Amino acid sequence: MNLKDLFKPFTAWKNLLAEPVPIKKPLERQGAPRYRGFHKNDLEKCIGCGTCEEICQNAAIDMVPVEGEETEEGDSGLRPRIDYGRCCWCALCVDICTTGSLTMSNQFQWIDSDPDVFRFVPGADEKYWDDEELGYKKPDNYELNNLDRIEMEEMEPEKRNHTFLEIVKGFSKEQAIQEADRCVECGICIATCPAHMGIPSYIKAIRKGDVEEGLRIMYETNPLPEVCGRVCTHKCETVCAMQHRGEPISIRWLKRYIADQVSLDKYQEIMGTDNLEKREEKVAIIGAGPAGLSASYYLAMMGYNVKIFEALEKPGGMTRYGIPEYRLPYEELDKDVEYIKSLGVEFQFNTKVGEDITLEEIHKDFDAVFAGTGLHLGRSTKIPGAEHEKCYQAVDLLREFTQGKEIEVAERIVVIGGGNVAMDISRTLARLQNKQYGQVQLVTTSLESEDIMPADEEEIIESREEGITLKPGWGPKEIKVEDGKVKGLKVIKCLSVFDNEGRFNPKFDQSENDFFAGDMVIEAIGQGMDISYMEDVELTERHKVKVDENYQSSKPWLFVGGDIVKGPDAISAIADGHKAAQGIDNYLSSKGEK
Amino acid sequence: MTEESKYRDKFPAKNPDGTNKIDLDSHKFIKVWQGPNHPGITGNMSLELDLQGDEVMQCKTHVGYLHRGFEKLMERRRFIQCFPICVRIAVPEPDFNEYCLSASFEELAGIEIPEAAKWMRTLLLEMSRLQSFLMWMGGQAGSFGIGVVGQWTNYARDLVLDRFEEISGGRIYHMHMTPGGVRGLPPTGFENRMEETLQTIEEIMKDVKDTLFDNTIFKKRSIGLGVIKPEMVEPYGITGPNARAAGIPKDVRKDYPYLKYPELDFDVLTAENSDAYTRAELRRQEIHMTIDLIRQIMAKMPQSGDYMAKVPNVLHWQIPRGETYVRAECTRGEYGYYTVTDGSGYPRRINVRGPSYTHAVALMEKMAIDVNIADTAGLMVSLHTYPPEIER
Repeated sequence: MNLKDLFKPFTAWKNLLAEPVPIKKPLERQGAPRYRGFHKNDLEKCIGCGTCEEICQNAAIDMVPVEGEETEEGDSGLRPRIDYGRCCWCALCVDICTTGSLTMSNQFQWIDSDPDVFRFVPGADEKYWDDEELGYKKPDNYELNNLDRIEMEEMEPEKRNHTFLEIVKGFSKEQAIQEADRCVECGICIATCPAHMGIPSYIKAIRKGDVEEGLRIMYETNPLPEVCGRVCTHKCETVCAMQHRGEPISIRWLKRYIADQVSLDKYQEIMGTDNLEKREEKVAIIGAGPAGLSASYYLAMMGYNVKIFEALEKPGGMTRYGIPEYRLPYEELDKDVEYIKSLGVEFQFNTKVGEDITLEEIHKDFDAVFAGTGLHLGRSTKIPGAEHEKCYQAVDLLREFTQGKEIEVAERIVVIGGGNVAMDISRTLARLQNKQYGQVQLVTTSLESEDIMPADEEEIIESREEGITLKPGWGPKEIKVEDGKVKGLKVIKCLSVFDNEGRFNPKFDQSENDFFAGDMVIEAIGQGMDISYMEDVELTERHKVKVDENYQSSKPWLFVGGDIVKGPDAISAIADGHKAAQGIDNYLSSKGEK
Repeated sequence: MTEESKYRDKFPAKNPDGTNKIDLDSHKFIKVWQGPNHPGITGNMSLELDLQGDEVMQCKTHVGYLHRGFEKLMERRRFIQCFPICVRIAVPEPDFNEYCLSASFEELAGIEIPEAAKWMRTLLLEMSRLQSFLMWMGGQAGSFGIGVVGQWTNYARDLVLDRFEEISGGRIYHMHMTPGGVRGLPPTGFENRMEETLQTIEEIMKDVKDTLFDNTIFKKRSIGLGVIKPEMVEPYGITGPNARAAGIPKDVRKDYPYLKYPELDFDVLTAENSDAYTRAELRRQEIHMTIDLIRQIMAKMPQSGDYMAKVPNVLHWQIPRGETYVRAECTRGEYGYYTVTDGSGYPRRINVRGPSYTHAVALMEKMAIDVNIADTAGLMVSLHTYPPEIER
């Protein structure tokens, strides 16, 4: 034994005189600024996407309805409820939160005798730590979501402004899978899509590399995937959960990718429609636009004998005669139509109902009729000079150009309108000006300032790239005519378009004016419908055909849908056609039972 | 007096295979269960001891009290969801699990993590080593009845946990290393606070040396207790300080360099005659080495820069078919994750190699024989085992 070893431990006695180690009272101890303590949720920011619920490995989170939070576009109305009996405070829910609404405070003490209170909705159930600034937040530069889109390749502006070839090149397989990988499968888009397409499901099919499955999923709700994959107004993307902190998923291009991958000759085999069971009843469809095509597809799938009466010489309606080829090539539209045709749907072209045949005559031969004749009449500004022969309607010009007719292209053109139709006619004419004059001299002016222009953002950007001069925020006052010739458009400053109640009620500043020189003027300020062929049909106060939720009009055998009821846009028309087909089936089935 | 007890012998008769013949009906022996709830077991496991007098004649180890099926649970979780689970496999040292799990996913998915993340991970692993050794030191002293050392070292450990809390927001389960990198760099002023902590620990360690290592009682009881001979190291799968104290310079940080260890200056510490005292002394030196390593890391690591690699969407991350074994040197030796992926969104198999498995089961059963019952706790602690990693 060593004497040193006997006495040395006693040096610990020196601690008797030392300051005690200050153990703070637990109730006074502050968590570190990054402490992963109790959850907080900014209910206004939260969209109820449920990604937190999805990633929680303990299943501690449930999405529940919360008082004061309504289900609306882009918001499921649900909010996360966390069970602190299960939570392990790993903070994955905070990291993955698509909006950044979910965070943690640095508080960690909560004492209660009732065990049920520990299951609570952060943000909705008031807690003492709600205003605590400190606590864990998703660190910058640390990201579990992929916020940036895979860039879509497009034809360069200097190349494309001479041609009507398609601008958007489409995704490669690799790009599509990468883009599909960004989706968090929250399903917020489904509710917003007028056709309620199974978007997360077909995106998942892309990730799995199974485009055939994707095609089947798309056709459940949309029989025009090639069309919608190119020109859909993609409301889904405007509510996509990813757009809160990054860019929305390119849902439209992914849809197009699936449709582009499968050749038409495989459709029947993939969809299992090579041997459809037939029924006896006959249904007539008036108008081969998206609504009519959609209705005819779903009716044909149910076995009905379907015949479409179309006023023009080819199918597609506004998607053919309104949308230029550089956005929607005709062969892609034809692919969708050909498949519908292959299911036994008959087409009768060049037959305008009301002129070549009456609605009553059709009714005699058919058990039910669906009318989706669209908005093909242009609206005029009715300003002085608008009656001049060199003042055209955009829809007329677009239709005639598609029909292959010679249309007038002046050296200097003024287009009135700020919607997609205005962009379509501007960009079409710009291409023709380039061909004819080697340069673009085209001014497009709208009432709306640029931030509220109804046209898609990419249309505005691409129009500029193609040499079109955009002049938003001006109201047309007069088309200046001298010696019988159009000289241009006089405009006055538009201060606001809508009043406080959101009604169209433009206010102008008469003192501020401008003049856009042009040899022809085109009006693209909206379209009207021609429903004169429907006699004795009940109308709404706004002079639209009155229909019930099944799109059944006051005449039980007549169903009406598409732009003349809702919209105008292709996807709403497709949704209408689908619902009307179900309505017709209900109507005919119940009639048969009687 | 019965016939058998007349011939009571210190040594039980031998079976033909050389093992002790323990016949409880002979009244020569008594069976004692140490654990599953016993501080000397360092967790929930049990030693079934057959004693003669106060000496252990036979020891059987029993586990199963802690089984939560982590490996199986992870087979039913997305890759990202595994990381809040894996930390629980070794509660006092979650970071080695975080590292091995993340590194194996990264290797199989072909992800290279940024430099700052590598430094950060090295720092976290060394901090974890430091706090784990400090807690162990208290346990070792406590198991020989010297309670005050545990008070000091656990206070020191708490200071390290404060630093962990600053970095990660968690004290015990840090969950700071996610597949792809880390969740953040240290906050402003961390370096100073870390240095202050290290200095405090160095002060405390001086007291620990005086009170524990230069202590007759501790020396009397630990010197010669549970000697691991160098030739036992390979057959018993002994790693870490247990092996190094026997003179075998095994250290994953040197043998299979990972993260930033090749850029750090350190030697593998070894000793001779691996008994409980030598092992404790070696671990004391390792505490100082870890403190030095932390200082080196703090001086070398970048203060800014990317710390997270781009990972696929974690909600449907699929890792291609493959298998890998990723290892790290934890306080007890080689910690390893054998991971198999099959191209799906879930791991096909994760097998955790915790050093406690060999140390607390096979080795303990061998070491305990002939040990005084009062020293079994000290012996068990001197092998430094954590039962949760035995039964993942």
